[in-house]
Amino acid sequence: MSDITKPTLRERLDSVPARITLSIVSMVVTVVVLGGGFVYLRDNAATAPRVIVALTALTIGVGGIWALYFSLNGLAEVLPETARDKVLPWVFLGPALVSLGFFLVWPSLNTLWLSFFERGEYVGLANYIFIFQSSAMRTVLVNTVLWVVLVPTVATSLGLLIAVMTDRFSTTSEKVVKSLIFLPMAISFVGASVIWRFVYAYQPPGLPQIGLLNAIVTFFGADPVAWIIIRPWNNLLLMFIMVWLQTGFAMVILSAAVKGVPKDLLEAARIDGANEVRSFFSVTIPYIAGTILTVGTTILFLVLKIFDVVYVMTSGQHGTNIVALRMYQEAFQFRNFGRGSALAVFLFVVVIPLLIQNVRSMREKSF
Amino acid sequence: MAQNTATQQQEHAEGLAARESELRHAAGARGSILGSMKAKRIIGGIPVRIFVIVILAIWTLPTMGLLVSSFRTQTAIQQSGWWVGLFNFTNFEQWTLANYDRVLTADGMAGAFFNSILITLPATVIPITMAAFAAYAVSWMKFPGRQFLFVMIVGLLIVPLQMALIPVLRVYTANNISGTFVGMWLAHTGFGLPLATYIMYGYISGIPKSILESAYADGATPWMLFTRLILPLSVPAIASFAIFQFLWVWNDLLVALVFFGTRRPIVTTRLAELVGSRGQSWHVLTSGAFVTMIVPLIIFFSMQRYFVRGMMAGSVKG
Repeated sequence: MSDITKPTLRERLDSVPARITLSIVSMVVTVVVLGGGFVYLRDNAATAPRVIVALTALTIGVGGIWALYFSLNGLAEVLPETARDKVLPWVFLGPALVSLGFFLVWPSLNTLWLSFFERGEYVGLANYIFIFQSSAMRTVLVNTVLWVVLVPTVATSLGLLIAVMTDRFSTTSEKVVKSLIFLPMAISFVGASVIWRFVYAYQPPGLPQIGLLNAIVTFFGADPVAWIIIRPWNNLLLMFIMVWLQTGFAMVILSAAVKGVPKDLLEAARIDGANEVRSFFSVTIPYIAGTILTVGTTILFLVLKIFDVVYVMTSGQHGTNIVALRMYQEAFQFRNFGRGSALAVFLFVVVIPLLIQNVRSMREKSF
Repeated sequence: MAQNTATQQQEHAEGLAARESELRHAAGARGSILGSMKAKRIIGGIPVRIFVIVILAIWTLPTMGLLVSSFRTQTAIQQSGWWVGLFNFTNFEQWTLANYDRVLTADGMAGAFFNSILITLPATVIPITMAAFAAYAVSWMKFPGRQFLFVMIVGLLIVPLQMALIPVLRVYTANNISGTFVGMWLAHTGFGLPLATYIMYGYISGIPKSILESAYADGATPWMLFTRLILPLSVPAIASFAIFQFLWVWNDLLVALVFFGTRRPIVTTRLAELVGSRGQSWHVLTSGAFVTMIVPLIIFFSMQRYFVRGMMAGSVKG
């Protein structure tokens, strides 16, 4: 059926005036639908019936993006082929470039600029001096250093340990163990915080302890502890939540690496009289050192930027604040945009080595 | 695995064959030396097993406690630990669905769930689409500045989100976009694009040139190449990124707090608020937390392989 109708239809649609009309019409329709839907959603989302909001939202959100490319492409195809091939890359790239420019490139530069101001006045380096010299920031910096050192180290070591140990299990039990340990990766930082808040829950002595940790502590006869507010140990308990979330990631990657260690290397070590522990430290670890480093730094950079756990557990009180949370508080709670910007720049400067390394290895690989 | 160990042992036995020959004669078979090694392994394996069991307990019991408690009445939660409730499973008075009823309606979790879906779906589809078009252009079209562009995208990959929040929020507030769905989609699109483009580029640039060239020779336009060849061929990359981005947006708190506010909540902002205002009402918090986790858990259990791939691919995100 399509054999008969398609060519004629295509011929008709291929004539230049038809193509111009078609693409202009589709462009106009796109703009009207997207713009109208946008304004409708912006002004009515709170009051309009939910079904209508949902349908409008999904249509303009999902369909709109395709309509946009379709009509832009239609316009480009009107041009003769050589011109089309010059224009088309920019049509395909355009929306992505505009988004990257508006949401990442421009704001980053602007944040850098804003970090030298406070309340509209130029203050030079005052915001940076605040970061490094004020007593309020000292705990924040110390905590952040502890977070980025301890969490990646513990999560990576645990992940490696589990990977090596389950490597000798039967296929099924290895799979089950691994997927249970990986499971927290699906849970949001907020959700995980609630889960662990419940584990750390505290009731005054005499009342039944409903938090697992205090139940264990009182089972052994000690007094229950209000874990979340005892300094400085509360920091470790918050960090453990992050370890709990990230160990699965380390385990999966390191498990693949451990399985990649050549069997004859391990065999040779064994013949030379090394026991399992020895051959783990002198064969396996050196062999996968690169992967261990990658996993560790990946977790490190994640930990640096995550504020959710501390936000939910303590809001940064009881001596638990970290840079990422302080940045949020300065900028969006205290409205100190300059200080907030300076803290953001601080986070950015710390990740610059990774950025340089990424760009370098990418250049070698792809071009 | 079992096979592996068997061959390993066999190789081992062959490697030692010369030295073992005497022992073999004595024992009558090579079983004895391997047997003693096996015994040693099993004995050495007991601490390993205990360690793994302890780890497993720490990794699963907290979530289980949450799930069990979410089905217990407020009084039951306060009077005994969830493990006590589990041991006395047959005490049916403690079990209830009222917590969910309450958290979904009175505490607004149903609305938050709805808003989360409305934000997450387009915030996943839009960046994938943009990234696929962009990655196609960068891999297969010729234009000046191609290499620079790609390096820029890789560089943007790890720019911390925090660098973008303040200026974008100012523009949003000035144009009444703050607190809108569209604003959230666009923000998540912008922040997700570098990773999306990076993943899609890795995949699309690896498609054999000959396939594209022969289609091109048959008169296919770039649009046709893209929609009929590139997209269908990149389904694995799309699936990995889609799962990662979906979960990232669903689980996100920071972007939602800054650009969407809490007047209209999504699941994460609502749950965080509940912790603040009802910190000791565990019947509300446990059921509320489980509502926020249900979608990611379904994805985890139904598409585990893609889930792991997606999380691995996304680990480089800034």
